[in-house]
Amino acid sequence: MVTVLAFYLFATLTIVAGAFTITSRNPVHSVLWLIVAFFNAAGLMVLLGAEFIAMLLVIVYVGAVAVLFLFVVMMLDIDFAELRAGFIKNFPLGLLLAGVLLAEITLGLGAVGAGGITLGTADGTAPIVASQSNTEAIGMLLYGKYLFLFEVAGVILLVAMVGAIVLTHRKRSGVRSQNVARQNARRPDEATVNMSPDVGKGVEL
Amino acid sequence: MTIGIEHYVIVSSILFVLGVLGIFLNRKNVIVILMAIELILLAVNINLVAFSAFLHDLTGQIFAMFVLTVAAGEAAIGLAILVTYFRDRGTIAVDDVNRMKG
Repeated sequence: MVTVLAFYLFATLTIVAGAFTITSRNPVHSVLWLIVAFFNAAGLMVLLGAEFIAMLLVIVYVGAVAVLFLFVVMMLDIDFAELRAGFIKNFPLGLLLAGVLLAEITLGLGAVGAGGITLGTADGTAPIVASQSNTEAIGMLLYGKYLFLFEVAGVILLVAMVGAIVLTHRKRSGVRSQNVARQNARRPDEATVNMSPDVGKGVEL
Repeated sequence: MTIGIEHYVIVSSILFVLGVLGIFLNRKNVIVILMAIELILLAVNINLVAFSAFLHDLTGQIFAMFVLTVAAGEAAIGLAILVTYFRDRGTIAVDDVNRMKG
């Protein structure tokens, strides 16, 4: 009973938060609603027994991606009222398209429900063992069978990081930054001068 | 009353459709478009995890992690492009991005 209640709570909140994400006037509110949606989706995954993915969702999305979105939204000085100009104009077409898509998915679900399509069963290569915790099982699989894919995912993240830095980095003029090569190339004879000035007179450098 | 896989599939398909609707509604605001894409990927992830749990096979959860990786990379790159574009043009209205006519 508690599971059913929790499911409906999480599912409703996820969908409501998703709807508010795309209809909010202010993108900052959109980001906050997106956080709510992700949090409740994580709750749904906990109900499914996938705690690791749920926590990953909270850490990666709420902790990193949402903050990144928030940062960009607040950093850029944008006239959001102007950007919403096409909202009403696009509404009927968008709703029509969304309706068609939903009808298609419903049709597919109906076909599966009618028994027209066999879903197939798992091939048993990675069964869920009751004695293992979810995190432990995922760890065994990720660092064993899917090690290569795991490393490829790491490379993808590295490429994304390098790409983001290259895209946003800019050389600014008028900045007095340290030039290590020039410092190292400096020799004593060009840095110091030996002089014997006359008494009572200054030195001209 | 028990919660079956179809409940999860319905939730994820509604979320997916909301994401697509968001792309259409906010055609000018690229930030909200990126958020709508995140919603779509979340719907995919819910589907993967639900099927993984109901078929008793962990591969779906592993795949959900890779989807998460790509989504994070995509958000970072997308926002970086956005910041560069804003510096260049002073706006992020994407419906008149037609410089590269191809």
